[in-house]
Amino acid sequence: MVKGLKIQHKIYLGLMFLFLYAPIFVLVLYSFNTSEAMGRWTGFTLKWYRELFRSDVIKNAFYYTIICAIISTIVSTVFGTVAAIGIYYHKKRVQDYVLNVNYLPVINPDIVTAVSLMLLYISVGIQRGFTTMVLAHIMFSTPYVILSVLPRLQAMDPHLIDAAQDLGATQLQAVRKVIIPEIMPGIIAGMLIAFTMSIDDFVISYFNTSGGVTNLSIEIFNMAKRRIRPTVNALATLMVAVIVMFVFIINRIGSKKKMEYRLKEDEK
Amino acid sequence: MNRTIKALLYPYVVWIAMMIVVPFFLIFFYSITQSRPDSPAIFRFTLQHYREFFKTENINILSKSVILAVETTILCLVLGYPAAWIISKTNVNIQNMILLLFILPMWINMLLRTYAWQVILSRTGLLYTDTAVVIGMVYNFIPFMVLPIYTAITKIDKSLIEAANDLGASSKEAFLKVVFPLSMPGVITGIVMVFLPAVSAFAIPRLLGGGQYVLIGNLIEKQFYLLNNWNFGSAVSVILMILILISMRFMRKSGEISGRGGAILW
Repeated sequence: MVKGLKIQHKIYLGLMFLFLYAPIFVLVLYSFNTSEAMGRWTGFTLKWYRELFRSDVIKNAFYYTIICAIISTIVSTVFGTVAAIGIYYHKKRVQDYVLNVNYLPVINPDIVTAVSLMLLYISVGIQRGFTTMVLAHIMFSTPYVILSVLPRLQAMDPHLIDAAQDLGATQLQAVRKVIIPEIMPGIIAGMLIAFTMSIDDFVISYFNTSGGVTNLSIEIFNMAKRRIRPTVNALATLMVAVIVMFVFIINRIGSKKKMEYRLKEDEK
Repeated sequence: MNRTIKALLYPYVVWIAMMIVVPFFLIFFYSITQSRPDSPAIFRFTLQHYREFFKTENINILSKSVILAVETTILCLVLGYPAAWIISKTNVNIQNMILLLFILPMWINMLLRTYAWQVILSRTGLLYTDTAVVIGMVYNFIPFMVLPIYTAITKIDKSLIEAANDLGASSKEAFLKVVFPLSMPGVITGIVMVFLPAVSAFAIPRLLGGGQYVLIGNLIEKQFYLLNNWNFGSAVSVILMILILISMRFMRKSGEISGRGGAILW
């Protein structure tokens, strides 16, 4: 498979992948085990999946995770894109100020960001719950959207917008019809980052929600803290399945694109 | 002339002032004040929280966190560098596939991956030890080391290596004197990106180190969740921030640092 590599290199990569995938394999395997005690295989069952689907806690957490990710992704993508365009047209000094503050949540440890927001909510007297969690997610995702859109803007031909305006476009029209299409790849990359960060977040959500509002990370943490239970394995297996499917689809689209390009080459 | 477009920034300025700047200063404020137990609105300035931090038990927690983070970073570097180097040498056609396989586990929830190690380590009897915590952190953070190093290596001009070979360098010498020094920016980014989450981790030590296991992240969590001592918790957070700023400064001197987190994965 891996051509041109020395045998010891192949072995090294193989061991690396074993290290990376063994735990996931273990998770999946024991989600089908009849015994609750992990590490001893006693027979095949789907009962943990049934238990998982019956669990209101998990359903609840799943619902909050998805809704929060969708809202925070949409808001932070729009907000970040608009802000990036604004930043781009400001003087260097203003850019530097804004970008430095923008960097804070990126370089600060999650736990510090989490605690700082918690203090804000407490000081203002807002009850922590779903809204505060969504606001927190918007807060930590938007900087990444800006950081992924801004390089695209900087790579754009600055005369494009002038040309659009010379041709009679208003400034906002120029933004909508010229800039946005031009920076689309950056916007999409930013959106994907925002979405995965929201789905994956544990620390910031953990500190900024309460009153029965949780997400999957928090639930997994709470379950793992108490006792190892195969329902968590079942949940993990489903999540792995979704991710693998997602990657498979992306790859399929990718290879289809590749085929299209190849066919075009052939036609020439 | 671009007045309208410039105005697009202003809502975000208000937002970051509210959601980033104010909370940031709140941490400082809480860390240097103490309010009266009966009326939280009445407070006085004090340095007692910082003094409390410098008690032996807390200093021990800090040094333990730093030591474990350094161990994690070194292990990630030692294990990750060869991996990045080998990947960069694979056939271009399958290189992306291998990279994808490397990143894929990262898309699985971090807590689930840590939970998986709970299962494995409990079988081997290592669970709830320092080793368990380090293994969990290496597992979670090693892609952050491999990816920037891989990127740095692929950016190296191949003709430099050929030139070294032409001038009589063995492949070992070419690696040591050309490839490795030129991959330093990647190494430094990797070190920062592993050290940073490792030193402030709190879910991994909690799950793999056990309920009594306290690193600096757990110390902060305890103040906010268990003890309601926000002032001391804030002081610890400030110290953690300073620690990270110092280490970033230290690393930045030796190389360019790109953004942390997901950005590099896409």
